[in-house]
Amino acid sequence: MSKSPEVKLVNVPSPNFVPEKDLGKPLVLEAAHLGIDFGGLVAVDEFNIGIGATEICGLIGPNGAGKTTIFNLLTKVYEPTRGTIMLGGKDTHNMTPSQVNQMGIARTFQNIRLFDKLTVEENVKIGLHNHIGYHTLAGVFRLPNYWKEEKKAHEKALELLDIFGMADLANVTADSLPYGAQRRLEIVRALATGPKLLLLDEPAAGMNPSETEELMNNIRKIRDEFQIAVLLIEHDMNLVMGICESIVVLNFGRIIAKGTPSQIQGNPQVIEAYLGTHRG
Amino acid sequence: MLVHLINGISLGSIYAIIALGYTMVYGIAKMLNFAHGDVIMVGGYVAFFALASDKFNLPAPVAVLLAIIVCTVLGITIERLAYKPLRAATSLAVLITAIGMSYFLQNSALLLWGANPKAFPDMFKNAEAIDFLGAKISPVALVAIVANIIIMIFLTLFTTRTKVGKAMRAVSEDKGAATLMGINVNFTISLTFAIGSGLAAIAGVLLCSAYPTLMPTTGSLPGIKAFTAAVFGGIGSIPGAMIGGILLGVIEILARAYISSELADAIVFGVLIVVLIFRPTGLLGKQIHEKV
Amino acid sequence: MKIFEKASTASKKAFLNYGIVILFFVIFQTLVSTGNISSALKGQLIPIACYMIMAISLNLVVGISGELSLGHAGFMSVGAFTAVIVSSSMTNSSDVSSLIVSIIVAAVIAAVAGFLIGIPVLRLNGDYLAIVTLAFGEIIKNILNCLYVGIDEKGVHFAFNNPAALAMSATGKVIINGPMGAVGIRKISTFIAATILLLIILIVIQNLVNSRTGRAIMAIRDNRIAAESMGLSPMKYKMLAFTVSAAMAGAAGAVYALNYSTLVPKKFDFNTSILVLVFVVLGGIGNMTGSIIAAGVLVVLPELLRKFSDYRMLVYAIVLILVMLVTNNEKLKGKIDTFFKKLRMKLSKGGRK
Repeated sequence: MSKSPEVKLVNVPSPNFVPEKDLGKPLVLEAAHLGIDFGGLVAVDEFNIGIGATEICGLIGPNGAGKTTIFNLLTKVYEPTRGTIMLGGKDTHNMTPSQVNQMGIARTFQNIRLFDKLTVEENVKIGLHNHIGYHTLAGVFRLPNYWKEEKKAHEKALELLDIFGMADLANVTADSLPYGAQRRLEIVRALATGPKLLLLDEPAAGMNPSETEELMNNIRKIRDEFQIAVLLIEHDMNLVMGICESIVVLNFGRIIAKGTPSQIQGNPQVIEAYLGTHRG
Repeated sequence: MLVHLINGISLGSIYAIIALGYTMVYGIAKMLNFAHGDVIMVGGYVAFFALASDKFNLPAPVAVLLAIIVCTVLGITIERLAYKPLRAATSLAVLITAIGMSYFLQNSALLLWGANPKAFPDMFKNAEAIDFLGAKISPVALVAIVANIIIMIFLTLFTTRTKVGKAMRAVSEDKGAATLMGINVNFTISLTFAIGSGLAAIAGVLLCSAYPTLMPTTGSLPGIKAFTAAVFGGIGSIPGAMIGGILLGVIEILARAYISSELADAIVFGVLIVVLIFRPTGLLGKQIHEKV
Repeated sequence: MKIFEKASTASKKAFLNYGIVILFFVIFQTLVSTGNISSALKGQLIPIACYMIMAISLNLVVGISGELSLGHAGFMSVGAFTAVIVSSSMTNSSDVSSLIVSIIVAAVIAAVAGFLIGIPVLRLNGDYLAIVTLAFGEIIKNILNCLYVGIDEKGVHFAFNNPAALAMSATGKVIINGPMGAVGIRKISTFIAATILLLIILIVIQNLVNSRTGRAIMAIRDNRIAAESMGLSPMKYKMLAFTVSAAMAGAAGAVYALNYSTLVPKKFDFNTSILVLVFVVLGGIGNMTGSIIAAGVLVVLPELLRKFSDYRMLVYAIVLILVMLVTNNEKLKGKIDTFFKKLRMKLSKGGRK
């Protein structure tokens, strides 16, 4: 297992901490007192997190702890009931999912959401949409700018696909890809939007150990190459402990522990959350 | 004013009875049965021939019963032949098939019974208009309102108290789970079509009694309006269909009386649009969220 | 030829469609000029081209954008009656320039109608959206039924629900007369103009679909939540498709209207919207070639069946149901596929002998 060397976490002025290497750089994401109720049910409460510029952070917890709900809050699929989300120092209150994406947050989905009937390349080009610079009318009348920008987009899409070795699959439709490749395509597509923070929802689900190993290397490679932060939800503890610099543990919608992988591994509350308490 | 209101409730009751058929079928089969309006027309013709032709000249209750039986059988047959093979198809494919079925019924009626409008006989010849707080209510109007109330009570009891009725609600919630629980889904869907079509026959007779011209296209516009009523009240909801139907009838009659008979339909549809803007799934419709 | 080899499958398909349209024009134009065409069919040529435009423009909404619209004929009627008014007020201009200006104004007014209707409609989903488009189609028809327009030396007069309010001078002429519709329309549409319009609209749709904008529209159709999280605004792109489609229907309505001397609003009712939807579904959702062919065949077919006039609509209904059953039921589809496979094998064996 290619385990990343453990980094030191340092406190920042908010109730959060970031890896030492990101100290001095502004946080990409800062959420404070975040919470949401569904009907009368409190699904998430008092969620606080700060993510450094190039941090890889893991969000773990038992099933139903509210992990995906947090992704939905951060990407504004749900409007939070309480609390604030700051992306690059800006409050995302009342913003739409597409607006927060343009501010630099991109995600993948637990239940894969590709554009099934479009090709792999087209899927990536949709990620590139806001970076392709021609007007609708230039497209309709095939003005020179259309050809220039489409060519650029084509090259960029292949370049991104190549990171995951998928360039040769560019022309097949997304729904004909095997499961693992669909998960990788979702990451490429998210990356294409040019995020500062990438949210990965169970990226290794359904992958075998060698695929998972490759995925870990690729996540690190993406972070290093694009200098972005990654927040990931994952049940595969080898992956989480292997690449995450910090880990947040969630149970019943609340944070029960935060820290480095070794701190989390030894935390009795975390063990209790996963295994349950001994009665009697 | 009171006369218009009562006439509105009466027309609305007819819409409500038709809308119940739409809403129940939608709830169970998740399809817009565009042929439903034409089943009304068939019911009208059956009753017409039973009542008016020299050969039969049957008493009114028998004629109505006959219409109900014919429409029920027709409803089940349509479902079996045209819709059942498409259970797994896209909703658009089913919609187009239903439209084809609507054309089929209209054109069959055209060939069988001709394009000339038929004057529907007055079933309430001997009854007199009733005086209610100074407003004269026609017997048809009263019968429509009473019929609607009885049907509502019957359907509510049926879907909440009987085993088959509960099965119906289960199928509309989750077809797969209902199958696993041992419910015969095909039977339940057929039953829904049977009930809806039987109600359409009643509505057909009432409609033709209130507006006594009968043509192959008689069912089309009331069908669309009743469908609007079902959406208005929240499609899939039985009390919604009733509220939607009555509101629509009242709005239509009042608009006709006080604003413009030319624009009455436009006003009815306009109200529907306004309601849907504020309540995107109708008055009593369930809000459905996509799971992310 | 090398260029053609390099062309993507998408642009090959696009050129196939242009070919079909040009072929359609050449065949019928030859038939007309050699006198080998029945007068009934000749009279249908412009309407056929208009219905083809209606079909591909509706396909932009139903197939590409994925929203079921049941009121497309409403936009056609907005365009039709706009064109009647515009052409009647341009009596001093040549036929060609009147036609072009009429089409453009009709498209613009229909686009405005599409935009305004789109605001409430596109917030809804699925069947609710469908019923509201149906409602708007009926509302447009009702409003046009109440519209009175007259023209005299002072200009164009409008009145609503009250013909007396036109207040025209003695020399004035009523051009739109409420439920009686438009009368004395300038018949300035030509088959070639209709074909050129069809070609232009086809080019616009296909180029739009194969561009950044088209990808965005299809992405929103396939998965709205994912598209939003990729930074696309669903409302913006749905609205774009809806408005463009309405404008095209308006242009089709203009050419259609200026082919007749009289026209009633009832012509563009719910049944016309459904007719166009049938073209789209039978031609294949999202398939522009299919829409064009289906519109052509299904407009010509009833004309050819005129001999069986009493039965033709019944036959049409049965064919429609059977086609839907065969193409959408897995069992039947499988049976038909094996039948054709066997047939092909038999044929190829026979050929080898």
